[in-house]
Amino acid sequence: MTESATRLGGLLTRDPAVVTAGVGVLAEALERQAVPVEAVDWRPPPEGSEDALAAVLGRPGHAEANARAVGRMLSARPHLVDVRPAAEVLGLEKGTFLHAGPPLEWERASGPMRGALIGAMLLEGLAGTPEEAERALEGGAATLEPCHHHRAVGPMAGVVSPSMWMLVVEDAEHGGTAYCSLNEGLGKVLRYGAYGPEVIDRLRRMGTVLGPVLRSAVRGHGPVDLLAIMAQALQMGDELHNRNRAATSLLLRELAADLAEADAPRDRVAEALRFAAANDHFFLNPAMAAAKAAADAARGVPGSSMVVAMARNGTDFGIQVSGTGDRWFTGPAGVPDGLYLGAYGPADANPDIGDSAITETAGVGGFALAAAPAIVRFVGGEVPDALAATQRMYEITLAEHPVLQIPLLSFRGTPSGIDVTRVVRTGILPVIDTGIAGREAGTGQVGAGLVSPPAGVFRDALHALAAEAPGVPATPPAEPAAAP
Amino acid sequence: MRRWVEVRHGSYHDSVTLMRVSREVGRLGGVAGAMAAMATELNLEMLARMGFEVPAGAGPADLVVAIEAEEGALGGAREALDDLLTSARSAGGASAQAGPGSVPPARTTGAAARRSGAGLALVSVPGPHVFPEAMDALTAGLNVMVFSDNVPLDQEIALKEEAARRGLIVMGPDCGTALVGGAGLGFANAVAPGPVGLVAASGTGAQQVMCLLDAAGVGVSHALGVGGRDLSPEVSGRSALAALAALDADPATELIVLVSKPPAPRVADLIREAARRLDTPVVFALIGPGDDLTRATGRALERLGRAVPRWPRWPAPDPAAVPGNGTAPVPSRRPVTGALRGLFSGGTLRDEAAAILGAALGGDPARHGHLLVDYGDDAYTRGRPHPMIDPTLRLEAIAEQAADPGCGVLLLDVVLGYGADPDPAAALAPAIAGALRRRPDLAAVVSLCGTPGDPQDRDAQAAALRDAGAAVFASNAEAVRHALGLLPGGAAAGGTGAANGTHATDGTGADD
Repeated sequence: MTESATRLGGLLTRDPAVVTAGVGVLAEALERQAVPVEAVDWRPPPEGSEDALAAVLGRPGHAEANARAVGRMLSARPHLVDVRPAAEVLGLEKGTFLHAGPPLEWERASGPMRGALIGAMLLEGLAGTPEEAERALEGGAATLEPCHHHRAVGPMAGVVSPSMWMLVVEDAEHGGTAYCSLNEGLGKVLRYGAYGPEVIDRLRRMGTVLGPVLRSAVRGHGPVDLLAIMAQALQMGDELHNRNRAATSLLLRELAADLAEADAPRDRVAEALRFAAANDHFFLNPAMAAAKAAADAARGVPGSSMVVAMARNGTDFGIQVSGTGDRWFTGPAGVPDGLYLGAYGPADANPDIGDSAITETAGVGGFALAAAPAIVRFVGGEVPDALAATQRMYEITLAEHPVLQIPLLSFRGTPSGIDVTRVVRTGILPVIDTGIAGREAGTGQVGAGLVSPPAGVFRDALHALAAEAPGVPATPPAEPAAAP
Repeated sequence: MRRWVEVRHGSYHDSVTLMRVSREVGRLGGVAGAMAAMATELNLEMLARMGFEVPAGAGPADLVVAIEAEEGALGGAREALDDLLTSARSAGGASAQAGPGSVPPARTTGAAARRSGAGLALVSVPGPHVFPEAMDALTAGLNVMVFSDNVPLDQEIALKEEAARRGLIVMGPDCGTALVGGAGLGFANAVAPGPVGLVAASGTGAQQVMCLLDAAGVGVSHALGVGGRDLSPEVSGRSALAALAALDADPATELIVLVSKPPAPRVADLIREAARRLDTPVVFALIGPGDDLTRATGRALERLGRAVPRWPRWPAPDPAAVPGNGTAPVPSRRPVTGALRGLFSGGTLRDEAAAILGAALGGDPARHGHLLVDYGDDAYTRGRPHPMIDPTLRLEAIAEQAADPGCGVLLLDVVLGYGADPDPAAALAPAIAGALRRRPDLAAVVSLCGTPGDPQDRDAQAAALRDAGAAVFASNAEAVRHALGLLPGGAAAGGTGAANGTHATDGTGADD
């Protein structure tokens, strides 16, 4: 009896219940027999992907590889441990700039990316005027490298120059480290491509005041558990990409006493606190570094089809996948769909830009939209749309986050670990919250909204995984063997 | 009393959930106190007052769980606590439905499996797309029935190997029929539960055996399909072996019938060897020279100590008694001069017909001008509904054959049951009647596979087909032998259903 109950998962002893995919009459026939049916709303994947899907999903240990990758991402314990200048912490030298997204050359850089690079040249004293900076950049005076190649991430243009201060986030579980710059606030800011005098002055002030004060506070506090803050913030209405108000408050509360004791003059501490507290997006950058640390823990698992980075440079949208190393799969960045500030409209919008999609990669941001009803109208919808967006993401993810939960979904964990095969099979693209930068260099932010990656990057990643798979080469159906 | 306390780093729950969990565990028998809480200073103090010693290093971001209980109750309380925490967190299931807003339908088998408690996935997407859905189901711990055909052979093998690793079974590809725990899957007939378990490499073969058993008053425990290629040398009976083992362990199954075409010798040896090792007896129903499903069913009944009944039949009405259709006078029947044309929807029923004809005629029936077509074959079903669901293909074929003077006997199978055409006779009976009216030298024979309990009502279907002028048989073998007996010269192989006793010819006069 026991043997029978365990064989075939108890198939012959349990009351029948069936998942159906395909022909409707077969599901109806079961329903007529009063058998519980969970019917799949199945749709064919794009033509030409059948063999690649079979090769990737048929690779021995594929499910285990994905379980391992997502397990590593979900068990990461990112802590904010320090704040230090990029020159020190990344070994960044004068004349080298990091930028958001996959690799990019000046020639193909969009307006906001060019604007941010011009601003960084000015900040570092490599040019006296924007014109001079632009000429130097055109002439190849600077080395451009993706943030992601340095375990770093940057919002929007994501430009990092040696004198900028970086958040240092360590994964206490797996030991990795990730970096992100400090958030400048909203309006005319470098990350949106603005480089006017007020932008450069603010960055200088952040370097002389905010960075050192934060460093002192964080060091005084000891490692700050970012995941715990993120978990609480989700329950307070943040989704940790376009809304970071609760998390910002929680972080400052966490650091308040240590800020008070920071090794800096009181007026500087007050200035730092005033700056951070006035910026609802201050926590975006710690969240991005935390997400980067978690996603990086999942890199390099052979055979895994889990996405470990989604990033845009204003021209290309790129993803990296656990099983394909550091290779980028890129396609044209789309223009976000959203609301615009003042008189700006879609014609002013630059294509999608920024490393902040690392938050969606790690299971927050657009994937946690259902946690942030306060912003769904901002991104062009009603509360049910936010719920539907998060529900849809469960279809393309490998797991539910054990710590990050969504109250409106009965504390279900956020959908985490985008699986390339599921994206291709369902045609459901990751939903990404984003700011919208002005197309012209120097404009700054023009709006905010939602954006989707180009579907082709997931197909390309799938085919690359298939090419590596040692497993099942798909062949045409063989003739049934003839009876002797 | 024992005290147990544990810190779980980084496991966050809201306080309402934790208070609820604490209360539930505290109410369990043998439990003196329980607390699950985030390790805030306040909570740690409370735990200390309850007498727990909390390990150092726990902070507000960590979960601390503590239970004081009698020695024997502690284990159960810990399990209950973990269950409550897990269900509070929810991994889909019922809670996936919770919360405001509608839950969109699952888009992959994997997603559906996560939200349902199903033990089986029925996959009928087009063949080239089967692999991901079936692999999803296996990964989620579900058995799989693949109804679709046109699945690459190497993918079938890969799926079956994965199933073996996980202790599951893949029924199919091209598995048309299964009966599991009383639920009929695919094309399945309504039969009573009973002592016979089936392992079938052939869907219609399984249906024929189940319907004949039903006619003999014997029920079926389970019917596990394995797919038409399972017993090929390449697939090597992977699913058949798993099915045999599962049925052997099933207390409801007293006898196993294995339905297949004769497998390759090496695979046949493998299966027979496996069958010998079982506690449950196995009757082989191998359609081919020397055996048919009706005879094999008879052997199974004998093995169970049951009498073999006279199989249900509905003889064609006397031509003189056919009332005709209003105005048109019914032409008197004339002797058959043409050949046999079998238009099947069930591949195995066709193969059985071919084997019986071949044995009777001494060679390939095609060499004698006879034609047997399986309209359920891949070649006909690519992008089209199966003839058991949609009669269009066979209606065309009937019209075509009736217009061909070379056709003397129309032989059709009609397969009833769940999933099949809700009223096949509605289309086929008029087509048969029309053909017989136009062709006085034509005869029609129907092999009707179904049970009185089927949604279509077998006996009503039989009556309609008989009234159209066809001779109707519950046994496919008997239908074939009857058709054989109608052929010029009265070919017959001494089968039980032979219409006359004329000795079989061996094809004399037929062209090669």
